[in-house]
Amino acid sequence: MWQALYEELAERGFVVIAVAMDSREGDPLPWIEAAKPTYPTLIDREHRLAELYGIVNVPQAVWIDETGRIVRPAEAAGAYEGFRRMNRATREMPEDVARLTAQAKATYLDAIRDWVRAGDRSEHAFSAERARAHLPALTQEMVTAQAMFRLGQVLLRRGESAEGQRWIQEASRLHPDSWCIWRQGAGVNETGLAALPDFWRRVDALGSARYYAPVDMKGMP
Amino acid sequence: MVTLLTESGEHTVAAADGGGGALWCPAREAEATTGWEAKPEGLCRGAVCVPLPAGRERELVDGGRINLAALWRHLDRPALHSARGDVWVLGESAQQRAAALASLEAPDFTLPDATGRMHRLSEHRGKKVLLVTWASW
Repeated sequence: MWQALYEELAERGFVVIAVAMDSREGDPLPWIEAAKPTYPTLIDREHRLAELYGIVNVPQAVWIDETGRIVRPAEAAGAYEGFRRMNRATREMPEDVARLTAQAKATYLDAIRDWVRAGDRSEHAFSAERARAHLPALTQEMVTAQAMFRLGQVLLRRGESAEGQRWIQEASRLHPDSWCIWRQGAGVNETGLAALPDFWRRVDALGSARYYAPVDMKGMP
Repeated sequence: MVTLLTESGEHTVAAADGGGGALWCPAREAEATTGWEAKPEGLCRGAVCVPLPAGRERELVDGGRINLAALWRHLDRPALHSARGDVWVLGESAQQRAAALASLEAPDFTLPDATGRMHRLSEHRGKKVLLVTWASW
């Protein structure tokens, strides 16, 4: 998704840093080999970005300017939760959902283009005040959950399966809004996707709540 | 022998004792892994000093060792350990994380690429960065 955008904007001082929130060694490699990105693609086994930036899902993105300032805090990166209305047997997407999915992606890419072109003057670049207002609210439960997740992953790496899994499950109980924690700890299907029946049950349990929090951007569905 | 996971990464401290819910660490290793050291004013990290709670000094500092777990709890930060006490995570508090983000300075990090080569966010200072997450799951 990002390679074309990167090639288009790289000469204007733009870079994508794609981080795989993948704890199991080797899991992201086939995807990286297939995509052959020319921008840095990093692997975050302990979900350090979740600790530092309050990330709870993928794809989420943070915009950072040339001085290292956060211009847009973590938000869904052109993703739309149309998959919730997909036909789970045939995997077909209703037409209006397909349209909204495309709209979300196009809106986000255009916003990035505008930012690269206009910098701080872009309507999509938050002022310091607006950026602060859009920061994720961090609770003691959330940071403790991330510490539990980190401990669990290190224990898994050391062969302490049962204890490691217990910490990861406890982390998810303490930070239920984190799909990163839950999906990383969940069972996966034949393509490595955490999309087994337990995932769909958890998604359905959201009810009218959003899988991706709404993005404050004109044109975003 | 304790594996210590802190903000600065993973450390192995041979002489640390992580049993019984305490994490007694020799002063030198405590400073090297967390930046905290014992001074007359109390326990200090850079310009910040925390006085030892009266009557409970020995819970935190004993001889040439610091109980990092007790310090972390005193500071309201997560301090978690494996059942055997051989792996510890010393985390930051919600207040610290929130204050760091409220400064709007993008927190720096070091992560490997698929070849194992390490990359820092701050290497890209001078460019507009789209930091985006994904996953195989």
